[in-house]
Amino acid sequence: MTPADRTLELAASPHLKAPDSTPRIMWTVVATLIPVVVGAVWAFGPSAALVIGVAVAGAVGTERLLAGGPDPVRDGSAVITGLLLGLTLPAGVPLWMAALGGAVSIALGKWVFGGLGQNVFNPALVGRAFLQAAFPAAMTTWPLPTGAALPDGGSVAWAALRGPNLALPLMGGSVDAVTGATPLGLRKFEGVETPVADLFIGSIGGSVGETSALLILLGGGYLAFRGYLDWRIPVSVLLAVAVLSSALHALRPDTLPGAPFMLFSGGLMLGAVYMATDMVTSPVTRAGAWIYGAGIGALVVIIRYWGGLPEGVMYAILLMNAMVPFIDRATQPRVFGTSRRNRREREATT
Amino acid sequence: MSPRVTTPGEDFVRGVWRENPVLVQLLGLCPALAVTNSVANALAMGLATFFVLMGSSVLVSSIKRLIPKEVRISAYILIIATFVTIADMVLAAVVPEIHKALGAFIALIVVNCMILGRQEAFASKQPVGRAALDAAGTGVGFIIAMVMIGGIREVLGNGTFLGAALFGSGFEPWIVMILPPGGFFTLGILLLLFAGWEERGGAERAERTWRVPVTRRVSDVGPVAAPGGER
Repeated sequence: MTPADRTLELAASPHLKAPDSTPRIMWTVVATLIPVVVGAVWAFGPSAALVIGVAVAGAVGTERLLAGGPDPVRDGSAVITGLLLGLTLPAGVPLWMAALGGAVSIALGKWVFGGLGQNVFNPALVGRAFLQAAFPAAMTTWPLPTGAALPDGGSVAWAALRGPNLALPLMGGSVDAVTGATPLGLRKFEGVETPVADLFIGSIGGSVGETSALLILLGGGYLAFRGYLDWRIPVSVLLAVAVLSSALHALRPDTLPGAPFMLFSGGLMLGAVYMATDMVTSPVTRAGAWIYGAGIGALVVIIRYWGGLPEGVMYAILLMNAMVPFIDRATQPRVFGTSRRNRREREATT
Repeated sequence: MSPRVTTPGEDFVRGVWRENPVLVQLLGLCPALAVTNSVANALAMGLATFFVLMGSSVLVSSIKRLIPKEVRISAYILIIATFVTIADMVLAAVVPEIHKALGAFIALIVVNCMILGRQEAFASKQPVGRAALDAAGTGVGFIIAMVMIGGIREVLGNGTFLGAALFGSGFEPWIVMILPPGGFFTLGILLLLFAGWEERGGAERAERTWRVPVTRRVSDVGPVAAPGGER
């Protein structure tokens, strides 16, 4: 043995490390979203591809501009933000709105707070909330998916643009497109209930990527299996919605829809699986994850049943994002070797 | 107290940029957020405030020896309120629509810290000429900030500037910009840009370009001087 072989390696803990890194997690999430994107493009044609693509480009471009450094977008977080934003938009929005949403997501949702890991709110939802407040009409015009029946007896062609996607920047659209209400809107304003099977597979109107619960659950299941998302959060969101809506439906079956409809309609699946579980904006503790998820589920039910809007997943998640620091503080685990009482005393003295 | 070394030019210019009441001192934020949903409202508010500031600074500076130290704040408020009442009546007579749109915010000029701050920190200790220059600079700075915020909000939120359509009929208004959140977004982004520009020495460079002789950082004198320092 040469002396060089006998060097003693000193290192601080942890000594066992998983090969996970931020880019690896981010790109895995992107990969699991690909089926959702494909499903969206199948349902909404080239419009969906354009909207998602431009939202990603807006987010990545803004990230590159604000982050500096050699290759600021390599960690993939801006790609996810753009993808998630694109998936929550109606297929017919003008592309400049998608780009603006991507830019607002990254600039106001993330870099204002200091960049990745510092933001309080889910960036994609900040972008969507901004667009919703700025362009309420365009953001609630829901095109019909491929194959939907038209009033003249035909059906929607795959290749047809679903709205004024190509409007000039700052301009609204005047392209004729066939639109319809989402299942939630139908239920709320017209009392028509969509069959749950359609909701599950995704042949319904709605945002680009929120339509197929099946594809979202597949991707989310894989991420949960790999440990890249905390399964407690989607489970508690869906449980809270199921329990609350079943109970309330039992009380007033004629006006309030039941659990299956509530679970598989609107943006609940996409929100519960991909947005509420954002590592930066969700609680760190296990108990916190349950509280956080249950809070989102309860808010979704309250907003959908009694709010002015048909859908409330976005606001439910944003509101609970704001509560995360408090949830984390309230659910801190006991440090080994201390008791709850002397922790309180320690806090009182400091 | 060290002798003042500011020049007349600096008395004026510092209120415009380096000590801009809204963008740097963060004073007068209430009108800057509340009545900037159109350029016309913002401009009317800016001009009214300019008038009140100028009038009270000149008056306070001219009668500063008559005001007992113990009641100076109430005296300043009375003087300011007098000018606010004049501004209120003039606006109601000349531009009744804007007067209606501004509503209670005209009366609230009385409690604008920016105005009281200039009286306490500057006009009550300086000769009339310098007080007037200082008030003019601060007032112009306020108008610039108001019109910037109002311009951004009206152009994006309504597609117009001072009521003139800019984009033709297809324009899709950003409704959020004329709602209260738009005021916060716009002000926040402007503050961000202004702070970044200032950090790179922007104000100093601009003053050099305009050949304003600056002898020392304004923050070393003026507002920082304690009110009781001269006793």
